[in-house]
Amino acid sequence: MRWPVSLILGLALSGVFVAAALLSFFWTPHDHETMAIADRMLRPGEGHLLGTDHFGRDILSMIMVGARTSIAVAIVAVGIGIVVGVPLGLLAAANRGGLVDEVVMRGNDLVFAFPSLVIAILITAVFGPSAVNAIIAIGIFNIPVFARVARGAALPLWTLDYVMAARVAGKGKLRISVEHILTNIANILIVQGTIQFSLGILAEAALSYVGLGAQPPTPSWGRMLADSQTMIALAPHMAVFPGLAIVFTVLGLNLVGDGLRDILDPRLRRAR
Amino acid sequence: MASYVFARLLSLCVSLIVASVVIFTAVEVVPGDPASFMLGMNASPDAVAALREELGLTGSLPERYLSWVGGMLTGDFGTSYTYRVPVAELVAARLWVSLPLTFYAMVLSTLIALPVGMLAAARRGRPADLTVMGTTQLGIAVPNFWFAMLLVLIFAINLRWFPAGGFPGWEAGFVPSMTALTLPAIALALPQASILARVMRSSVLETLGQDYIRTARAKGLSQRQTVVRHAFRNALIPVMTILGLQFSFLLAGAIIIENVFFLPGLGRLIFQGITQRDLIVVESVVMLLVFSVILVTFLVDLAYAAVDPRLRRRG
Repeated sequence: MRWPVSLILGLALSGVFVAAALLSFFWTPHDHETMAIADRMLRPGEGHLLGTDHFGRDILSMIMVGARTSIAVAIVAVGIGIVVGVPLGLLAAANRGGLVDEVVMRGNDLVFAFPSLVIAILITAVFGPSAVNAIIAIGIFNIPVFARVARGAALPLWTLDYVMAARVAGKGKLRISVEHILTNIANILIVQGTIQFSLGILAEAALSYVGLGAQPPTPSWGRMLADSQTMIALAPHMAVFPGLAIVFTVLGLNLVGDGLRDILDPRLRRAR
Repeated sequence: MASYVFARLLSLCVSLIVASVVIFTAVEVVPGDPASFMLGMNASPDAVAALREELGLTGSLPERYLSWVGGMLTGDFGTSYTYRVPVAELVAARLWVSLPLTFYAMVLSTLIALPVGMLAAARRGRPADLTVMGTTQLGIAVPNFWFAMLLVLIFAINLRWFPAGGFPGWEAGFVPSMTALTLPAIALALPQASILARVMRSSVLETLGQDYIRTARAKGLSQRQTVVRHAFRNALIPVMTILGLQFSFLLAGAIIIENVFFLPGLGRLIFQGITQRDLIVVESVVMLLVFSVILVTFLVDLAYAAVDPRLRRRG
C-alpha cells in the first residue's frame, strides 16, 4: 500500500524536531545556557545560524533543547489521557447506560466546560507553575477526550458477531474489552493520540508563554517567545524562529494524524 | 419544546453546581490553609489568624462554600486581598475588555470561515479547495499568541496602522477602542477560522450528498442556488457545535492574547492574581469563565432546537 503524501511530509517535518531534541542530549552548536552579552541579539548567520537572544545565547541551541521540553510534556500528557481515559471509555461502552457510562459521560461534559487553559491556571494557582503541573493540566484535559473516543469507537463493536461469539464462548466483558475491542479500536486511538500530541505542544507553548509552564533555566519555546516580546522591534528573529519551530512541529504532527487516518481507517479509504 | 428547554436548563444548573464544587475544592481545600498560602512562609501567626478572620475561613467547609456561592448569586464575589476592593468591581471593569474581544474575534472568525468553507466545498478538489485546505492546515498549527506578535511586528511596528498594545477605554470612544482590539481579534480569529472553515467544508460536502439536494438540482436550481438555499442551513448544525466550543477557546485565548497587547482584561487580572497569590480573585474569575462557557453551551443547545425542528419534537 502507498503511503499518503501527508504522512511522509508530516513524518519528515515532525521527525526533524524529534531528531533535534534527541541530538541536543549529545550536541548543540553552542551551549544553550552560556550568556555572552557582547554577542547579544546577533542577526542570523554571524556564527550563529539563527542568531542570538538578548543574553547572547544561541537561539538554534535553545530551540533544540526546548524541543525536549515541548515533546516530553506533550507525550506524558497524552500518556495520562490514554492510560486513564481509554479504560474508562472501554468500561463505559461495556456497560452501556450503566452507572460508569453515566459518570464518564457527565464527567466529560464537565471537563469540556473548563477550557484546558483554565484548568491549568487553577492548578498552577494552587501548586505553583512548573513543567510537571503543566503536564497534569494538559493531561487531565486529555482524559475525557480519550474516554469519549474509546467509548464511541467501542460501542458499535459490541453488536458485532465476533464479540457475540466471544460472549457465547463464555468470555467476560473485561476480557472481551481487552482482547477484542481494544485491539480493534487501537487505530482510532493512535490517530487521536497524534492529534492530542500536537494540541499538547500548542498548550505547553501557551502555558510557558504566560509563565505557567517550565521554569527557567529549562528552555521552552513558549518562554523564548515571551522573552522576545519586548525585543521584537530590535530583534525580530528572536520571535520568528521559536514560533516557526512550534508551527512546523504541530503542522507535521497534524499531517501525520491525517495520513495515519487515511491508512488506518478503512471506511475512510473506501469513501475517497 | 418546553420540556427540551427544561431538560437543558436542569443540566445547566447541575454543571454549574459541580463546577463550583470543583473550583472551591481546588482553591480552598487542596493547598491547605488559604490564609497562610496567601501570606507566604514568613508570615507571623497573628497575621495569618487576622487574614483567616477577614476571609471568613473560620467557618466549616460547607458553610464557607454556601456563603461563597450565595455571595456570587447576589453579585458579591468577595474582596480582593491585594487590591482591597470588591472582586466584582475588578471583574466588571475588565469584563468590558475581554468579552468584546471574544465576540469581535468570534464574528471575524465566522464571517471568514463560513463563506470560505462553502467555497471550498462547492469547488471540491479544484485549486480553490486545495488552497483553502492548505492554508487552514497551516492556520491550525499557528499558536495565536505568536501570530499576534507577528501582527504587532508588521502592522504596528513597521506599518504603524494599529497601536502595538494598550487599551484607551470605552469612554475614549468606540472607534479608538475597537481599533485597539482589532489586531488582538484578528490574532484570535484566524486560527479558529481555520478550524471552522474545515468543519463548514465537510459539513456542506455531507449535505451536498443528500437526496434533497439532488432533487433541488433536478428541479432546475443552479449549483450556486442549491448550496446557498439548501445546503447552507442544513450544514449549520455541526458548525454550531463548533461555534459553541470556539467561544470557550476564544475566551481562553483572549486571556493569553491580552498579555501580548497589554490589554487590561480578565487575563491580566487572573495572572496578577496568581503572582500575588490573591486566591479570591483567581477563584472568582475562574468560576466566571466556566460560567460563561456553560452558559454558551446552553444557548447553543437552544439554538439547535431553533434550527433543527427534529430536536424539538424529540424533547
